Amino acid sequence: MEKLIGEAPRNIENTINFAYINEKILKNYDIHKIRADFPILKREVNGKPLVYFDNGATTQKPQVVIDAITNYYTNMNSNVHRGVHYLSQISTDAFEVTRRKVQAFINAKHDYEIIITKGTTDGLNLLAHCFGKAFVTAGDEILISAMEHHSNIVPWQMLCEEKGAFLKVIPMNEQGELDMDAYKQLLSAKTKLVSVTYVSNSLGTINPIAEMIRLAHERQIPVAVDAAQAIQHIPIDVQELDADFLLFSGHKVYAPTGVGVLYGKEALLNAMPPYQGGGDMIKEVTFEKTTYNELPFKFEAGTPNIEAGICLADALDYISEIGLEEIAAYEHELLAYATAALSKVPGIRFIGTAKEKSSVISFLITGTHPYDIGVILDKLGIAVRTGHHCAQPVMDQFGIPGTIRMSLAMYNTKEEVDSLVAGLIRAANMLL
Amino acid sequence: MSINELQDELIEDFAFFEDWMQKYEYIIQLGKELPLIEEHYKTDDYIIKGCQSKVWLQPAFEAGVLNFKADSDAIITKGLVSLMVRVLSGHSPKEIAESDLYFIDKIGLKEHLSPTRANGLLSMVKQMKLYAMALHARV
Repeated sequence: MEKLIGEAPRNIENTINFAYINEKILKNYDIHKIRADFPILKREVNGKPLVYFDNGATTQKPQVVIDAITNYYTNMNSNVHRGVHYLSQISTDAFEVTRRKVQAFINAKHDYEIIITKGTTDGLNLLAHCFGKAFVTAGDEILISAMEHHSNIVPWQMLCEEKGAFLKVIPMNEQGELDMDAYKQLLSAKTKLVSVTYVSNSLGTINPIAEMIRLAHERQIPVAVDAAQAIQHIPIDVQELDADFLLFSGHKVYAPTGVGVLYGKEALLNAMPPYQGGGDMIKEVTFEKTTYNELPFKFEAGTPNIEAGICLADALDYISEIGLEEIAAYEHELLAYATAALSKVPGIRFIGTAKEKSSVISFLITGTHPYDIGVILDKLGIAVRTGHHCAQPVMDQFGIPGTIRMSLAMYNTKEEVDSLVAGLIRAANMLL
Repeated sequence: MSINELQDELIEDFAFFEDWMQKYEYIIQLGKELPLIEEHYKTDDYIIKGCQSKVWLQPAFEAGVLNFKADSDAIITKGLVSLMVRVLSGHSPKEIAESDLYFIDKIGLKEHLSPTRANGLLSMVKQMKLYAMALHARV
């Protein structure tokens, strides 16, 4: 990074680390062109221009991805890894291109370490099931954090129940930052796996994932990283991080829904049994015994979402062309702007004020219910998420039923932030 | 008045509103004005959990009619809840069980009864009808 804009004071209005913001990058970021790439951004909702701030739930799709979907069904549609015929070959090739693109995108050592899943939830269930079968027995511990999405809680609870193992939770402070001292204490000979989120979907906290992996590895404990809210905002290098597993969803990174990725280190994946039985995952089947296929197919039973799988490559190409560093810098500046702008809304209370944050601002307006705010914002054409964000334990810790969450993407603008601020003031005036 | 007469009355009231702002301001006002349920009834026995807002529903059957008191922690939901109570309360279980709630659609608030809204309102209407059906089956 070149010239920095300056150090930010540590207070509620400015919890953003300005080290990310680079003036030169910002100057070259062509927001108008990027917005033009996303056709849905031109539409109106309830007679108002759409302001889409629910990117943490799913991102919109650029025209190149939409075109790729059409192209798949127009010119390629055929099952993968099956036929010798032409269409099956080109769709298989395209599907495997995605695997290699993902490999490059997260810098995995081998393409067969990339397991194509239905999404992060699917990947976490696969991991809990297969890792659990291979490595977890009664009395063992799985370590997660207090800010996990339900998808990184429930599969582990199910595993622990089945095996008589224990789920341990790394606590967090009032800012929504993990207690690293407690984390060190919780790592023990009984810990079989640490499974933590890179970025909190409800608070926006960026966890010190590299440090957490280093600490776990000191005790030979593998770490799974839920990167569902990180992959679209932060450049990730799994080898540099030394992550043992890393998961994300395609639809949160501008690709279609129904496709996701589970990255795992070869040795670990090989030591794990298959997840589901069926087509593609076998080498040989007789009624007496089935031998399993090798990586990655061992974990990919059944016909995948081929269209989404293929188009994930187009989405990754799209953001790679613009540059994830550039996107991260732009989003960070926008996050800083939004945090400052929102802090001027009367009665606002931020939930999650970690020093390191990414693209999510969760808040409440004193005296109002998040649902009511969400309903009125919707009437103004503004899409936010309200509720507990599938992170009820987080809401419980803050003693609230839910929050209003704005989550940014590469195509959002300061003008949209201004619309949100005006909408919130209007909603509060109606409700209070 | 019958359930349908009450619905028609509400549809007429809402016809006067010129835009969504006025409509919602009215609903919010209804929500604010009506302390619908006593605090000690706001327990898990009476709760209908939506994903986002909570609704409490307290039925009372007396002299052949079913009365409802209800409440919500979200003000727009509370306003909508009060509309439901106004329409359904004070009728026989048979009338309530057989009622067709068309007014929500007609006054342009259909989206609030969609399952995806998860505000507890749809579950509340179902619960009101269940109480009525159970009572109707008994008498």
